[in-house]
Amino acid sequence: MLHNLAGLVRYRGLIQSLVARELKARYRGSVLGFFWSFINPLLLLLVYSLVFKYMLEARYEGITHYELFLFCGILPWTWFSTSLLESSAVLISGGNLIKKVLFPAEILPIVTVLANMVHFFFGLPILIAFLIYFKAPIMASELLWFPVVVFVQAIFTLGWALILSALTVHFRDIRDILGHILTIWFFSTPVIYPYTMMTKHWQQGLLNLNPMSHVIITYQEILYFPGPVGHWAWLLLVGAGSLVFFLFGYWVFDRLRDTFAEEV
Amino acid sequence: MHAIEVTNASKVYRRYSRRHQFTTLKSALLSRSLTRDLRPDETFAAVRDVTVTVRRGRTLGVIGRNGSGKSTLLKLVAGITKPTTGTVHVNGRISALIELGAGFHPEISGRENVFINGIMLGLSKREVARRFDEIVDFAEMKDFIDAPVKTYSSGMYMRLGFAVAIHVDPDVLLVDEVLAVGDEGFTHKCLDKFAEFKRRGKTILLVTHSLGLVERFCDEALWMDAGSMKAVGDPKRVVGAYITDVEVAEEEQLAAGDARAQETAETVSPDEPSSAVLPDHPIETAEGPADMFRATEGRWGSREIEITDVQLAGEDGTAGHVFHSGEPLTVHIALRSPIENQDFVIGIGIFNAEGVCCYGTNTSLEDLKAVRILGDAEACFNIESLDLVEGTYKLDVAVHKLDGYPYDYHRLLYTFRVKSRTKDVGIYRPRHAWRFSEGMAFDRVEER
Repeated sequence: MLHNLAGLVRYRGLIQSLVARELKARYRGSVLGFFWSFINPLLLLLVYSLVFKYMLEARYEGITHYELFLFCGILPWTWFSTSLLESSAVLISGGNLIKKVLFPAEILPIVTVLANMVHFFFGLPILIAFLIYFKAPIMASELLWFPVVVFVQAIFTLGWALILSALTVHFRDIRDILGHILTIWFFSTPVIYPYTMMTKHWQQGLLNLNPMSHVIITYQEILYFPGPVGHWAWLLLVGAGSLVFFLFGYWVFDRLRDTFAEEV
Repeated sequence: MHAIEVTNASKVYRRYSRRHQFTTLKSALLSRSLTRDLRPDETFAAVRDVTVTVRRGRTLGVIGRNGSGKSTLLKLVAGITKPTTGTVHVNGRISALIELGAGFHPEISGRENVFINGIMLGLSKREVARRFDEIVDFAEMKDFIDAPVKTYSSGMYMRLGFAVAIHVDPDVLLVDEVLAVGDEGFTHKCLDKFAEFKRRGKTILLVTHSLGLVERFCDEALWMDAGSMKAVGDPKRVVGAYITDVEVAEEEQLAAGDARAQETAETVSPDEPSSAVLPDHPIETAEGPADMFRATEGRWGSREIEITDVQLAGEDGTAGHVFHSGEPLTVHIALRSPIENQDFVIGIGIFNAEGVCCYGTNTSLEDLKAVRILGDAEACFNIESLDLVEGTYKLDVAVHKLDGYPYDYHRLLYTFRVKSRTKDVGIYRPRHAWRFSEGMAFDRVEER
């Protein structure tokens, strides 16, 4: 397994080209083309702020610029959820490659996660524009945590992508249920509301057990909430857990590898 | 030095049933096998206990019927699937021409796809860049290389896929029946490329149904049958054995087909029995030039005289269905007439697969006047030399009155196949020979 994992380094050129292809191919044929990378998060933001700010008239203590707050969380969440949804189908849709070309299959979910990460990066300029517009209080020292949280999220997402892609080959049901699981996961993660709202005992327990809430809270602490990042201990814990989880995901994938060519 | 070493390799697939999913998945996770804890009736061995080695620089042709495990063997060698038991070793870089253009993305241009495909097959970006022009030239795609692949015709798609795969410069080339991708010219180019590979000492494993190619091109042939190795060795010998075996199987198939046709003919009679037979055209159909697949096989007539059996026999006198062009053929027609009859004509017609009557005759046309028939009798129609081109033929056999009133008419009920070493065309092969004057010369090519 570790041998295979190390062997992946040889395929970095392929991963690179496949990510580039993924990005190029995604918006081919649409009128706005590449601009969709920027428009998509904006529209998402519009929908959620319409619903929560104007229709439900949600008011949260300590949140003055709801749009900005929402944006800080929704951008990384989109990366996470889209990666999972796409990777659950990626081995089946790439079945031709697995069956006909000698090719390490884990490249497919990895490319999915990385391509979505690049999309996340494309959303950042808009986020920066928002930050400047709302004059968000950001300290330079806080920004040092940004790459860390991106890395933690990437590792965590990769672990899931590997497990889901491998298991979906055998249980196609995953594709159907995954969307619903991600919805409930979304609402139990403090993306549309601040984590400070979770005051009940069980709510806090749920919050702490959910690795994504620590990731999202860190983004919000860096970008939205003033003052130094107070969540770093949790983040590092999640980071360590994610590494273990990633290795577990790779182990599952590696074990099931030989079955893909027969089942897809 | 062995380039490919396959030792006692078997590949067992799980028969498709949902029942054992959980246990097999568990066993895949825990013991790395999907099939180990399955009962034998739940598995299917696509390749059984194959041991074969190919020395560096040699070309091995793999032949066999559909479903005999050829492609699975190729996938084992390519490393796309792992053998259930046994081992597979390959020394050197492999390029597998299994499905051309697998992994092309339809939305992006041919140029980008060449790069990604090349990298997928093991080249670096720089290596692809260096070979790019050569690849595009080989595929004859200069004008279209920047168009999205989804706009390509299937031929262009295949050519580009082939061009990339062949320019990977592998040590071991695996080819699975891909030579049928292009037009004649492109196929020749591919063969030239293979020949160049051979010259440069590369190892080739070729799975194909083109037996001539195996004889001409391969150093060794492997015949797979139902997953097992049936024969391996000299291509001429192995191909010969395979052809004989195929003929035997065809023989059985034709016999079974005839039996079926005769059975249904017994029960179903055509609507217009007597009009089909005219006095002067005893065998030709009344429906005009018949298409074998449209003209209904059938049997009709009063059975005052009955055709009880029809057998075709070749040179050695044994009944069969597969014959060789130029050899003798005898049609044995067994007849039975319970009461004495003096008004009868025996006729025969040979039709090719397009329904064209190749030959038709009867006793009356050949100035034979019936005297009598009573009880069981046999008529033999003896063809000294079966001068037909290769193909499948069907027989009409009939006995009827001089005015056409049918006693027993068997329409297209008997099938036989003619094999020929010469792939000439047409309906009829006249006895012939080539002769050349001074000033020109030919050599006989040693091939099928």
